[in-house]
Amino acid sequence: MSFDLLINALIAGLLLGGFYAAVTVGVSISFGILDIVNIAHPGFIILGSYIAYIVNDQLGVDPILTSILVLPAFYALGAVVYQVYYASFEKRGQDSLRGLSFFFGLLFITEVLLILVFGVDYRYVKAPYIDQSLNFGFVNLPFRMLIPCLMSLLMLATLQAFLTKTFTGRAIMAVAQDQLALQLMAADPVRIKRIAFAISIATCAMAGAFLIIIQPVEPSVGREYIGRVFAICVLGGLGSLPGTLIGAMLLGIVESFTSTFYGPSWAPAVSFGLLLLTLAFRPAGILGR
Amino acid sequence: MHSGIFLIISAAVGAAVYALAAWFANDYIFFAGYTVLQFIVLATAWNILGGYTGYVNFGSAAFFAIGAYSSVFFHKFYPLPIPVLIIISGAVAGIVGLGTGYLTLRLRGAFFAIATLALAVVLQTLVVNWDYVGGSRGAYIIRPREVAIIGNYIQYLFLIMLALCVIALTSARAIERSRLGYGFATIRDDELAAEASGVPTLKLKLIATTLSGAFMGMAGAPFPYYIGYLEPASAFGLQYAVNSIAMPMIGGTTSWVGPLIGAILLGTLQQVATVTISSAVNLLIVGVLLVAFVIIAPKGIVGLFKDHFGKKS
Amino acid sequence: MAQKLLEVDGVGKRFGGFVALENIDLAVTQGERVGLIGPNGSGKSTLVNCLCGTLTNETGNVRFDGLNMNGLTAHQRTRLGMARSFQLPRPFASLSIADNIRVPLLYTVNARAGTHLSSHQIDERCQEFLRLVSLDGKAQKFPRDLSQVEMRKLELARAMAAEPKLLIADEAMAGLSHVEVDDIVALLIRLNERGITVILIEHIMRAVMNFSQRLIVLVSGRKIADGSPDDVIRDPEVERAYLGQ
Repeated sequence: MSFDLLINALIAGLLLGGFYAAVTVGVSISFGILDIVNIAHPGFIILGSYIAYIVNDQLGVDPILTSILVLPAFYALGAVVYQVYYASFEKRGQDSLRGLSFFFGLLFITEVLLILVFGVDYRYVKAPYIDQSLNFGFVNLPFRMLIPCLMSLLMLATLQAFLTKTFTGRAIMAVAQDQLALQLMAADPVRIKRIAFAISIATCAMAGAFLIIIQPVEPSVGREYIGRVFAICVLGGLGSLPGTLIGAMLLGIVESFTSTFYGPSWAPAVSFGLLLLTLAFRPAGILGR
Repeated sequence: MHSGIFLIISAAVGAAVYALAAWFANDYIFFAGYTVLQFIVLATAWNILGGYTGYVNFGSAAFFAIGAYSSVFFHKFYPLPIPVLIIISGAVAGIVGLGTGYLTLRLRGAFFAIATLALAVVLQTLVVNWDYVGGSRGAYIIRPREVAIIGNYIQYLFLIMLALCVIALTSARAIERSRLGYGFATIRDDELAAEASGVPTLKLKLIATTLSGAFMGMAGAPFPYYIGYLEPASAFGLQYAVNSIAMPMIGGTTSWVGPLIGAILLGTLQQVATVTISSAVNLLIVGVLLVAFVIIAPKGIVGLFKDHFGKKS
Repeated sequence: MAQKLLEVDGVGKRFGGFVALENIDLAVTQGERVGLIGPNGSGKSTLVNCLCGTLTNETGNVRFDGLNMNGLTAHQRTRLGMARSFQLPRPFASLSIADNIRVPLLYTVNARAGTHLSSHQIDERCQEFLRLVSLDGKAQKFPRDLSQVEMRKLELARAMAAEPKLLIADEAMAGLSHVEVDDIVALLIRLNERGITVILIEHIMRAVMNFSQRLIVLVSGRKIADGSPDDVIRDPEVERAYLGQ
């Protein structure tokens, strides 16, 4: 086992982890704070990837730039989805079976629509930095991993600041704990939850752009991420953004080592295996409450 | 109606269906019919856990594939007769169901659902990396051209799946009407109150996951013989996950009739759509119908029927 | 000498930073009628949940009928003879009223060693329990067809149907009329005369005073009084904390 290989695997893992945090942060909000099991989340991310792809392919625009431009659209989509979910399930007090089936249906529809429109071929984006890397001696930092990782950390920091320092952000954190108190403070809990869910879907636009920079994408890729996303959420302790980052880094490192030393075809099993183990033995997560 | 009588009646109905199909003497009917029957078993199996206890399984494909790959595994050793393979598959899938349940059922229903998704991916990864059963290249199963007495092999498979349907439906109905069925219903309605009333919820949930997984595995056992070539993408295919959920939810989850109606309607619809439009569009239709029913008609077709005719459930 | 049916020893429960119960000690003798009172949020329901196994206490332990309850699930405790009604009724919505009562009969009574009731006997007992709370006319209806008051009665009947040694009634009388309150108190006293120990958690002081042989007061997760009803209501600390400023 060479030292170079080890260090590079570690660094690749950290960079991957940073990206995974971006993918997961939306679920930390929707599941960790709002207690909504949105398994369609990876579907929205893939949607973001394809939008970035199309704009890049037709107009040559950088994918991350595209994603920032479509943020409002994803936010609106999230708001609509939440309204439907709220009106159909939360208000009626229905069992979680129907809510889960609803999101599963959405995930499924998204994937099939993408197959119909784009086919099952892998799509990728072109940008000047994708094939380049920074090199420090034997340490290799590919830009296609580094840039998404850095942007992801920026996104996380922004969200954490929003949640802890603005009124709306703190209201979102509060709505998870005490809806009545929130109402007494003249904030409408439903509106707050809708904003939170819309934000969680908006993050998908950016995460999607990051994804297609890192790897080529085809419609079924979303399903691989379901386990990763929930594994990170549970590992990191539901609803905690710093926890999400730590969980993501951990998963990234474990996956990177597995890929490097056992082969990439085992990677999907790692996250899911980790999830099953965590659920079985420490469901509160590492930083859990 | 006593379960024994139901068994006899449904077996008679099954025999009639078989006779009718044989009368047409068109192999296509048996091929297409097999798929519909397979879905009846899958939907009924899913409903034992999802409909009766309220715990959603997104990984039906995993249990189906366990059945299919168990058959491939044993076929390479020594080709056993299909009924034996069905029993073995049922046992293996049942044990996996028990194990998954044991690891995750103490937690909330949502975590169980996610774990089942995880299970499907882990198993698929394992199979892809396991060369003995073909790995990602797939495995060929040469099916015999003829079988004693019945003759045509596809008719034989059809008959087997028909028998499995009868057994699955009879079992589901028997459970519904038994003490076990009451227990399942209380878990679905209010697990905390169920515990307080003396219902051993964990034990019952484990029974449900085991039975559900076992039946799904049994449905998968003849599949390699039906299709001739088994590879992970088709065994773990999307259509199993979504159909196992859509058929009971659209048909109605509170009784054995729902999955039957859902499977027959959706199964036939899909056979028609695959041939006339495309298989991707047909899956899209299923997905849209699932979401539509879940929002608008949560009690499914059975529920709509009962509400319309004013009967109490 | 009457033996202690329930012994609660140093039981504590917290939710994150919030201490719901702190060092609760109490004992209930076989055949007693105990009242448990306290302001909203004082931890009464949390205590019931810890006794019955719905929640797990972090400290202390609970002994019922001489057995240590730590680690036993709620259904195991119910089968051993502890039954409770929920403060906010939790009926089985998809089952008929009669079937709601059938569940504890099937899963608790029939699960006890040496008991084997035929389905006919179970049907009879269903009817009997429904009659006790005057719901026998609605046996085939569903919980959604019941009024709030009727749901509370169903809740109580379901607890009684577990044929317990100890019945804990958690605010079963909220919203009932004067006459209905008296009826329930009379019913509970009759059950007590049959040998069932009863803990009554209530805000309706009239009912509590008529019913209880002993009164326990919980405030902010701590027990502040435990004695004869007349003594307890005169206790200045109780007056200050609960009965009126």
